[in-house]
Amino acid sequence: MSIFPVILFIFFVALVLGLTFWLANKAKSEKGYFAAGGQIHWGVNGIAFAGDYLSAASFLGICGLIASHGYDGFLYSIGFLAGWIVALFIVAEPMKRLGKYTFADALDAKFDSRGIKLAAAISTLIVSMCYLIPQMVGAGALVRPLLGLSHSAGVLIVGGVVILIVATAGMASTTYVQFLKGGLLIIFSLVLTVALLLRGFSTEPDQGGRMDFYRFKSLPADVVGGEYIPRDETHVYESQHEVNGAIFVKLSKLRELGRDAEGNYTFQMRGITFPIAGYKEDIEAFMASPEDHEDIRGAVFAKHDGKPCIKTMAWWEMEKLEDGTVVLHERASEARSAAGRKFINAVPVRDDQQLQLGHASKIQGKSGAGVKTGPVGPFKFLAIMGDPETEVIRWVPAGNIEEEGFTIALFRPLPTAGNTLMRPGLKFKNKLDFISLMLALFFGTAALPHILIRYYTVPSEAAARKSTIVAIGAIGFFYILTMYMGLGAIVNGTFNPASSNMSAPLLARSFGMVIFSIISALAFATVLGTVSGLIIAASGAIAHDILDRFSGLKMNEKQKVNVGRLAAFAVGLIAIILGVIFQGMNVGFLVGWAFAVAASANLPAIIMLLFWKKTTAKGIVASICVGTVAAVGLILISPDMYQRYGLDPGSSILPFSNPGIMSIPLSFIVLVIVSLLTQKRSESPATST
Amino acid sequence: MSDNATQTRDRSVVYRTGLGVVMFIIYGCIYVGFVCINIFAPNLMEVKVLFGMNLAVVYGFMLIVAALVFALIYNWKCMATKDTCDETGGE
Repeated sequence: MSIFPVILFIFFVALVLGLTFWLANKAKSEKGYFAAGGQIHWGVNGIAFAGDYLSAASFLGICGLIASHGYDGFLYSIGFLAGWIVALFIVAEPMKRLGKYTFADALDAKFDSRGIKLAAAISTLIVSMCYLIPQMVGAGALVRPLLGLSHSAGVLIVGGVVILIVATAGMASTTYVQFLKGGLLIIFSLVLTVALLLRGFSTEPDQGGRMDFYRFKSLPADVVGGEYIPRDETHVYESQHEVNGAIFVKLSKLRELGRDAEGNYTFQMRGITFPIAGYKEDIEAFMASPEDHEDIRGAVFAKHDGKPCIKTMAWWEMEKLEDGTVVLHERASEARSAAGRKFINAVPVRDDQQLQLGHASKIQGKSGAGVKTGPVGPFKFLAIMGDPETEVIRWVPAGNIEEEGFTIALFRPLPTAGNTLMRPGLKFKNKLDFISLMLALFFGTAALPHILIRYYTVPSEAAARKSTIVAIGAIGFFYILTMYMGLGAIVNGTFNPASSNMSAPLLARSFGMVIFSIISALAFATVLGTVSGLIIAASGAIAHDILDRFSGLKMNEKQKVNVGRLAAFAVGLIAIILGVIFQGMNVGFLVGWAFAVAASANLPAIIMLLFWKKTTAKGIVASICVGTVAAVGLILISPDMYQRYGLDPGSSILPFSNPGIMSIPLSFIVLVIVSLLTQKRSESPATST
Repeated sequence: MSDNATQTRDRSVVYRTGLGVVMFIIYGCIYVGFVCINIFAPNLMEVKVLFGMNLAVVYGFMLIVAALVFALIYNWKCMATKDTCDETGGE
């Protein structure tokens, strides 16, 4: 592991904490703590909005989804950005006009209802939690290649640093951390995109000479007693398994070990030199022993003519051709043991090393070894990607095998024509799911608590409006870049099908450690900033909405700030636990759920309060409660959660995974019905703005 | 704030709200059009329309660029009404 990323990571964290302690004296009052004093410049606030919004979901999740599913991943970018139109035209100025520190303040401005305070606070907490999970999952995914630490360690580091940031300086530090991170993320994503365009396409991407292109092989085989034996006798049959209807055969091959310039053991496979990580002393001890071969933590070593050899174990998928002959196709695999040993494509590797696949096998009709385009322009890049004569090799999961203490994840190539990759349909097979997601993304942005509270950090309605416009410009530009980064990952051999979240950082690594370290540190800062904003929102809901305004506890300014800090600590701890539990899920996908809950719980109340004079407090409370419960409940019984429970997704009673299509209209309907039923008996109705 | 100033401010708020709703509806229609093509005629998205790029990419980018253009127009119209936001300070 290079020392540079570690230094850069420590520098970023130190910078963030230094800024936090410097701003600590701004968080002595309630307004200072929850709204940064309300005096942030609209330009700074606009970029901070971008910082808040360009979370792990945007950077890691969307790039990963584009790398794995092409254009369908980009639909998230479009939905996320379009949601800002609702924020600007409908929500921004009224939120600033009506509110003080939290979303509940604005909703409650005309009613002074304890029910609204409590319902809005609870929905804020639930939405914040839904949004926190993917951020923490993203943090865990990042630290492994960056620092070589485990997922749990990453989640713990982020949780700890964020609690410190929020508890020390509240919204002021969160705002400036977001401003810095948002600006830097956009700049370096642009740098990465320009580098990608200058590199162009290649049918055998070698990451600028940093990593040789690995050519997967096929071997003819015979069937002997039900076993598939390769005709090439240098490959030895070991075992075979049926996985999801396909036969996978494990073949071993003895390969002589060599040494690199630093004395570490290496071996050759397909003309590429592979280092053997973590076995130097073991191999020397083995060579000194009288044993002929030895299994050391899953890697088998042997002696041949007195020289050390490794017995590589690769997985091959059987194909029976029409003429009856049998061919074995080499597949990609990632094997992990409970003791933490990891093998990628039969090579023992460090835990921070990743499976990296994907390339264009045909570029506008030209195929074969060594076809290159040279630098391409931004339009040309997309034109080549979408060409029917371009073929991209995507790698998709083929199933898992449990063998000899290892869990082996297998992946097979799926050649995909450019025009298929660059049109909708690879991810969203279910139209209802697609409509539901696009609805949730469009209406969810303007209902996210950590976005809404940023309207209170600026001094006026005009400043709220202008900061939203800056945010739209910055976020929109970034989302255009996600298209390039995601597609770049899949054609540059930097897509890890076992963890799509790492597509953008791995693409950066193909350009060298400096840009990889910067991008990874920024991605980490992205998580830090977004989690800070979410924890501030949740802390405000507990301390300001529930304890101060709902319960009516008499507290002075200092006590209110201290309660806010305690609440931040508690929310941070819960976020850490959830981040560990949800390890491995795509963060962009998880955020889609958070948007659905926000859009269902909060947006109907905001819109109807502003535009329907007959809205009542009870209607708002009912809408928030029903919207929240419906969205969360539908998620819990969705096909994706069934998969998470280990059940058959097809047995779910829901035909879609995103609840927005049902829960958003339901929340509106409930608000209308309850408001109409409570017109005369309760509080005066709202007046339209 | 004087009655006159309050009335001017109220008028400005009503104007901005109305303008916001109209622009939201226009953008919403463009967004719905995009979603509908994706659902009902996904093959149409393959058609090359600009610089060799297909409709899916061009429409997607257009939605992003249009959001910014709409936002700038909205701001310009709000400023042109001499809204009273300046009075509330600190733009």
